[in-house]
Amino acid sequence: MTDTAAAPVVKVQSPFRRFASEFFESWIARVALLTLLTIIFLALAAPWITPQNPYDLGQVDVLDGRLPPGEEAFAGYTMWLGSDGAGRDLYSAILYGLRISLAVGVASGGIALVIGSLIGLFAAYAGGRVETLIMRLVDLQLSFPAALTALILVAILGKGIDKIIIALVLVQWAYYARTVRGSALVERRKEYIEAATCLGLSHGRIVMRHIMPNCLAPLIVVGTVQTAHAIALEATLSFLGVGLPQTEPSLGVLIANGYEYMLSGRYWISVFPGLALLLTIVSINLVGDRLRDVLNPRLSR
Amino acid sequence: MTVFVIRRLLQAAVVVLLMSMIVFFGVNVVGDPVDMLVSPDADQAEIARVIRDFGLDRPMYEQYWYFLKGAASGDLGNSFIFGQPALKLILHHMPATLELAFTALLMAIILGIPLGLYAGLYPDRGSSKAIMAGSIFGFSLPTFWVGLMLIMIFAVWLGWLPATGRGDTATFLGIEASLFTRDGLSHLMLPALNLALLKISLVIRLTRAGAREAIQQDYIKFARAKGLSTGRIVFVHLMKNIMIPVVTVLGLEFGSLIAFSVVTETIFAWPGMGKLLIEAILQLDRPIVVAYLMIIVLLFVVINLVVDILYSLLDPRVRLGEQGA
Amino acid sequence: MTATLSVTGLHTHFFTRAGVVKAVDGVDFDVAPGEVMGLVGESGSGKSITGFSIMGLIDEPGKIVSGSIRLKGEELVGASEEAMRALRGNRVAMIFQDPMMTLNPVLRVDTQMVEAIRAHEKVSKRDALARSRDALGMVGIPAPEERLRAYPHQLSGGMRQRVAIAIAFLNEPDLIIADEPTTALDVTIQSQIIHEAQSLCKRTGTALIWITHDLAVVAGIADRIAVMYAGRIVEAGGIDAVIDTPLHPYTVGLLGSVPTSNRRGERLTQIPGMPPNVLNLPEGCTFRERCPRATAECRHEPAITEPRAGQAVRCFHPHGGGA
Repeated sequence: MTDTAAAPVVKVQSPFRRFASEFFESWIARVALLTLLTIIFLALAAPWITPQNPYDLGQVDVLDGRLPPGEEAFAGYTMWLGSDGAGRDLYSAILYGLRISLAVGVASGGIALVIGSLIGLFAAYAGGRVETLIMRLVDLQLSFPAALTALILVAILGKGIDKIIIALVLVQWAYYARTVRGSALVERRKEYIEAATCLGLSHGRIVMRHIMPNCLAPLIVVGTVQTAHAIALEATLSFLGVGLPQTEPSLGVLIANGYEYMLSGRYWISVFPGLALLLTIVSINLVGDRLRDVLNPRLSR
Repeated sequence: MTVFVIRRLLQAAVVVLLMSMIVFFGVNVVGDPVDMLVSPDADQAEIARVIRDFGLDRPMYEQYWYFLKGAASGDLGNSFIFGQPALKLILHHMPATLELAFTALLMAIILGIPLGLYAGLYPDRGSSKAIMAGSIFGFSLPTFWVGLMLIMIFAVWLGWLPATGRGDTATFLGIEASLFTRDGLSHLMLPALNLALLKISLVIRLTRAGAREAIQQDYIKFARAKGLSTGRIVFVHLMKNIMIPVVTVLGLEFGSLIAFSVVTETIFAWPGMGKLLIEAILQLDRPIVVAYLMIIVLLFVVINLVVDILYSLLDPRVRLGEQGA
Repeated sequence: MTATLSVTGLHTHFFTRAGVVKAVDGVDFDVAPGEVMGLVGESGSGKSITGFSIMGLIDEPGKIVSGSIRLKGEELVGASEEAMRALRGNRVAMIFQDPMMTLNPVLRVDTQMVEAIRAHEKVSKRDALARSRDALGMVGIPAPEERLRAYPHQLSGGMRQRVAIAIAFLNEPDLIIADEPTTALDVTIQSQIIHEAQSLCKRTGTALIWITHDLAVVAGIADRIAVMYAGRIVEAGGIDAVIDTPLHPYTVGLLGSVPTSNRRGERLTQIPGMPPNVLNLPEGCTFRERCPRATAECRHEPAITEPRAGQAVRCFHPHGGGA
């Protein structure tokens, strides 16, 4: 004679909802994501919300140069963040610079992601000697500090936005390759892959439909953090003078331009672009950090 | 143990050779070397002379062979700009870089490990969470920006420390370093801190992760069951286990410290290898770039070897050549 | 004669996000000096937690909610951490299940033994080493000198557990709690260790609580036995009495599932159902959903009765007793 206890009804949430609610539990993540989205919006909307296009020489007057924040320019608008040596309104320059910084960072990150993932997937799927060879290459690349590699690459390739992107991609692909190969390896060993192979599914189908989705989680995390790295790296290179040219001034170039004015007290020319850069990188990192905590199965309590 | 070391040395030699090939062919193949050697308005005779003098008309592998021969005897070509042997220039500037990197590493360890340990042992305290948030800033902030801020705050506004340059040096135990003079130290503070900031975050996170994982292990519970004091548990049982991954990573990061010093040296006008490299790149002084790369590769290989040995010393499970009972 | 250990009304609860887990929900027992008591139950029955509660090693989110634990009259519940630390390894020691993980892999054996001595006594390193060497010899480890200088991974599983036992006996404690110490070992080593532990206890007069899920293991060495289920003791008594004439249906089920040679060819009985969900324990007798003898009465919590002298049971329908 048994008593059946009523089984509690369990509400099943879609995985995305669960993920989203867990992600937003942390207020830091919320703030970071909001900041990031604001930055992206500002960058995209730059041409419409800035009083000046700093790269249209017709709009720039050197007599406006080196004005501290809050002063008025000749053309009549207020330069809230001051102006740089050539008379460019810093607020406009920063927003335009953000576009370039973000574009370069995301582009190189995206390309590196695709290339690296493909290589990683290939390595994991091919196995054997091919895999070992590829992974050795990856290890070699990773054991070298990114900044140095990028520096040398840029030294060889020369200046120019396309060459910078190439250099950044070459520096980053290895991270993606390693991450994807790691996840793919775990999946490859699972039985459902064997089952799929037995069923006669083509290799391509197996890789894309079965293995790839499971690699997405770590890939997303690495992707966010790497993008932040790419942006920082580009800024560093530009600051050193070997990055983007003056015609495509990213935030790094702006900071470099302002460096000489630092010691004479005209801090705003470097500091404001610096703050913008900082905000971007930190918010990306915070979001990426939170993503990692949420997507990492080992840390779930 | 000696077999292990010899094997690693051989591996290292292979790596160095490989890198030399990559470096040489990379630098030579991309871009026309002649353009980097002569001024744009040189005439044909000048160009021809340069080609002959520098052996640029020889086939590539012959050039490489000369390169290797030269490298073995310490001659990596002369700097175009300074007219002196490239290797000599690099080695002359190396001590300054090493001093900077070493001080930065020390700072990272002294500041990072206690903070990380605290955050790992008491993860729910507000101060721990603050430490972790701060560490995110540490590795998010681009080094050069931090350097600028440091100069602005401590040198320009507060006037406490000098902004640029290296201080006086003194010799101690046969090593000449600015660590040993007061003036030297004051000049060393900011750049070393700048360099260290990046690594401090890394050390904090590593130590904290290690502490959090180690504290859940059974042997910690057993140590408590034996009635050992908390101090002994943390500083003997815990530390030894955490040190293994921390030392390994730190050792490898030392190499990146040297590399990142490029940025710090530029900002703080520190006369090290990095600053030399940047100038060389900007002015297309190829021999210096090559010499720098070779030295770096050598340094890396040596560091890796040292870290491997340290690791096997710290973790008895890994020691090679020991027989199990 | 005061009992070495006297546990009364122990409640240890874990306050988790998902709810309150009543790991130990009302446990009472005594252990006399030199006595070997077997604490038997399946995983999740709360036997290990009982052991940790005695040692004072219950961490967040767990807490000893109420009850009393007296070690030779001294109250342990609510004692300061410093007082507990002084007792651990000194007057009450513990042996864990997996010796590979309980010995710190990066420290030598002698370091780990010497520190256990010097944590409680001002003894020179040399003397501590000598005592450690003797302790190793006492547990039957050959060539103790060599073993002292070894690292844990260089010893076999059985050897490591012997070291753990030696460490437990180092400071001549009044009570040793052994939490499944032989579960991770080979069967052949198991019986060796069991008997060594038993003889050591008889020699030194140390009381021993042997926690296990395996009845067969305790049958050989225990003087008394307590059977736990879902955080409570459901039956307790002398070992012979409980094994020959079990009272609680759970005990009967346990015994029935042990293959023995004198029941060759008979089918093993199984206890139907699954262990209860610790977050959602049934009301009243926690065993009733799996019990063939359960009635409506069992929805109320059964009191502890003593149908036979020296044998207590928590059941409305014990075997050999009422209907």
